[in-house]
Amino acid sequence: MTLEKLLSYEWGIMAPEFTILIVATLLSLIDLFMPAKASRRPLALFGLLGVVIAIVFAVFQIGEPTTSILFDTYRFDSFALAFKLLFLVATGLILVLAMDYEGQHNWQYRGEFFYLLLTALLGAMMMASSADLITLFVGLELLSISSYILAGVRKTNLQSNEAAFKYVVNGGIATAITLFGMSYVYGLTGTTNLYGIAEGLTSPIVEQNKFLLLMAFVMLLVGLSFKIAAAPFHMWAPDVYQGSPTPVTTFLSVVSKTAGFALILKIFLISFLSVQGWHNTVVLDLQPYIAFVAGVTMIVGNVIALRQRNIKRMLAYSSIAHAGYVLVPFVSLSLLVFKATWFYLLAYLLMNIGAFAVIQFVTEREKSEDMTAFSGLYARSPFVAVMMSVFIISLAGLPFTAGFIGKFGIFMSALGTGHYVLASVMVATTVVSYVYYFNVLVHMYFRKGILERIRPSIGMLVVMIVCAVGTIAFGVYPAAALEFFHNGFDMSQLFVK
Amino acid sequence: MESILLSALIFSPLLGILVLLFVPKTDEVLIKWIGLLATLLPLVLAFFVYFGFDTAKETLQFAEQYKWIDFNIQGQPNGNDFTINYDLGVNGLSVVLMLLTAIVSTLAAAASVWIKEQWKGYFMLFLLLEVGMLGVFASQNLLLFFIFFEITLIPTFFLIGKWGYLDKEKAAYSFLIYNGLGSAILLIVFIILYMKSGTMNFTGLSAFLSQPPEMLERYYLGDNFRMGLLIALLVALGVKLPIVPLHSWMLQVHVQAPPSIVMIHSGILLKIGAYGLYQFGLGFFPGEFEQIAFWIALLGVINLLYGAFIAFVQIDFKKVLAYSSVSHMGIVLIGLASLNEAGIQGAMFQVISHGLISALLFFLVGLIYQRTGTSLITHLGGLAKMMPITAGFLLAGGLASLGLPGMSGFVSEFMAFLGLFKTMPVLAAVGTLGIILTAVYILRAVLTITFGETKEAIGTIKEGRFVEWLPALILTFFIILIGVYPAVLSDMLHLTIEAMMASKGAIT
Repeated sequence: MTLEKLLSYEWGIMAPEFTILIVATLLSLIDLFMPAKASRRPLALFGLLGVVIAIVFAVFQIGEPTTSILFDTYRFDSFALAFKLLFLVATGLILVLAMDYEGQHNWQYRGEFFYLLLTALLGAMMMASSADLITLFVGLELLSISSYILAGVRKTNLQSNEAAFKYVVNGGIATAITLFGMSYVYGLTGTTNLYGIAEGLTSPIVEQNKFLLLMAFVMLLVGLSFKIAAAPFHMWAPDVYQGSPTPVTTFLSVVSKTAGFALILKIFLISFLSVQGWHNTVVLDLQPYIAFVAGVTMIVGNVIALRQRNIKRMLAYSSIAHAGYVLVPFVSLSLLVFKATWFYLLAYLLMNIGAFAVIQFVTEREKSEDMTAFSGLYARSPFVAVMMSVFIISLAGLPFTAGFIGKFGIFMSALGTGHYVLASVMVATTVVSYVYYFNVLVHMYFRKGILERIRPSIGMLVVMIVCAVGTIAFGVYPAAALEFFHNGFDMSQLFVK
Repeated sequence: MESILLSALIFSPLLGILVLLFVPKTDEVLIKWIGLLATLLPLVLAFFVYFGFDTAKETLQFAEQYKWIDFNIQGQPNGNDFTINYDLGVNGLSVVLMLLTAIVSTLAAAASVWIKEQWKGYFMLFLLLEVGMLGVFASQNLLLFFIFFEITLIPTFFLIGKWGYLDKEKAAYSFLIYNGLGSAILLIVFIILYMKSGTMNFTGLSAFLSQPPEMLERYYLGDNFRMGLLIALLVALGVKLPIVPLHSWMLQVHVQAPPSIVMIHSGILLKIGAYGLYQFGLGFFPGEFEQIAFWIALLGVINLLYGAFIAFVQIDFKKVLAYSSVSHMGIVLIGLASLNEAGIQGAMFQVISHGLISALLFFLVGLIYQRTGTSLITHLGGLAKMMPITAGFLLAGGLASLGLPGMSGFVSEFMAFLGLFKTMPVLAAVGTLGIILTAVYILRAVLTITFGETKEAIGTIKEGRFVEWLPALILTFFIILIGVYPAVLSDMLHLTIEAMMASKGAIT
């Protein structure tokens, strides 16, 4: 590759990624040369600034045509941008949470904490934006490895260590399986480019060896199911969520999971649906299995959550259940697949980050992650209790919250394509989820706790308010988000090379 | 289109919530006054709607329609565009139900003087509940209906779970799970209809579903599928109504919730089930409804007899009334299943009439409990000596409940059975047994309480003051008004029901 060729690429489309990359690099350098005792808070603010700049770049990119550089290893299209916006907004909010995170002990390595969040974000953004298995994998690994360290960043905390260790081992296995699946795909089609794979799959030789193709994609799906914590590959989630620092838990449950969905949608839809051919039906063949995974995920997540006393564990199982919900539009493959998925992930982002903000606030004050930490919260901090109620009601999918409209969209895609059983499972498990979600409300309002007023810090307050306002606004007037998505993002770009 | 009266009516209780936010939570008297006054605003507006309603027109009135959600789905075959509007409008039935809601809410707010703690939270939830109930009846769109329907769920859960009696939390969860499942099924049916037809508007859906079966077949809405949808609706709304055997949650609620909330619950919330059956069951699937009319009537008779039999052996007056509600809701089913104008009108009369009567009786339960600390029939007795006025109202309520001529209960039962005798005389004859049983259990309970031997344990109690039994007076007034002059209701309902029957030409 000549220098001219290199310079002729439209590097401008990578502006958000470059911003994050530069900020992360600077942060690591600053952290290195800062006195050990100095407060690392400004670093978080700097990181936040970087995220905000990246969001601004990304917003200006809305409506730009598809562009591809570096031989499709980086590809800008509406699909990528829509997901990148979610990652950026979520990480921005999580950085604010991280800034105020104390943990049970004062812990060092706070600087690492901030820039690893950014590198993980960068990995997620690359996953959304790449159209080549190799770079997709690199993005996935960048996200995963950063997350492994983040999970264990409280070096002296036993649970944090356990979380990191379990995460590394399980994650390593999942990665290996993904990679193994990718190798089959490469062997069958001779390319790692997703659009090339789509072309390659049309060949009759592949058709004769259909079982290999299925095996490859089942392995890919298994590896990626791990990332989104879908059953039966969810076992790591509760332990890791419980042991990680709360902001990291939030990151894992929102950004990491969303990235997993982006990857699943991308790999499967491009390889199987972007080119006409016999292989278009393979997705339909796979449908019952993915539907089964989705159903089992919802059941496992919601039923086991009933028994949890630890609030972070409970939310871990709840987020497993939500992964099941988000798989439903992918299973049904209706016209709404992108809209329903994206809107649900947006709603999930808002309500989950909001809920974790409250959890971080309460568990830090109470020095306990037990459900009883919430007892009498309404008396101690009415405002926070009301905020938490909004998030909980939204997570339960009750009206006037974004969570309801999100579920509504998912039901629309499932019932519009005749997936009645799956929709029924989703509806039934949703009702089951009322029990444990309302249990939190019962603790906050009905139970008596200590009567000591507690107040959240400004940063926490901002996160809670942003999330609550968003949750209610998109619940009352979802058209705001739906129109934004419909007008700004042409998802058919994904299918055109 | 331009009128915003309905929106104003539905959301007017929010004003009270707003005011309450700025009141110190320890000021009991002030909070209770604000709570009561806040329910007067919707009451006044509901009367405006009632008197402004033109009974000579059968179209929807006070309609409002604004574009709300657009999923931008193109290229569907059915011609509708999947936009969801903010759709409000009333027909005769919903006007009456909204007025009933406003009246019962105001009186329940008055009955809330017996709430002993956390008044601020109580009234805020109470007013939110009223928003939900009013919204349910004014919605002209499935999504909006569902949203308001679900809104009633959250405040009710808290009102039962926090301010109820001993076993309140169990009752609250039981309420939540049963109704959650009911509304989950309802949601599935609604979304299936939406995805098939591309609209959520009641009128649009009725028009879509009244196409010939061959056309519907093309949208994968075959005969069996529609029947399935109707049965799903029946189950979903049957939880709310409740239809035996889906009623166990409702007994717990009746016993455990505070009396003011039971007034609302038994007076209004149960009626949403009946309203839904009429609006969706009959409105969307008239043909299928006719096919299973016998079974619905049978369920109605089972409800009627089962409720009456069990009520007879209860020793808790609240449980007697709970089973009595089950029994009376059977009459609604009977009336609807008769599928003629008399029967349906009887069902709707029963909805209103039972709303008033059960509100009255539960108000009195609250009043007696306040004095004596019990609602067990075995512990009460000789109330007529100490509380003659209360005992009088109790007797009036009981007589209304058993269908004494001259009171609202008589009109509704008479018409419902008149309807059923035309179509299914045998079943109707069996059903009339229920009326006798009603007389037996009501009189047993009421007479024991009022005239039975005076129990030592109660001690001496004083009759309430005028303001205390004023709500009972108002309710009795309406009960007798409907009984003596049913035209106040039938004028409103007549054209609505006739329009419903006319649009389903097949049914006579």
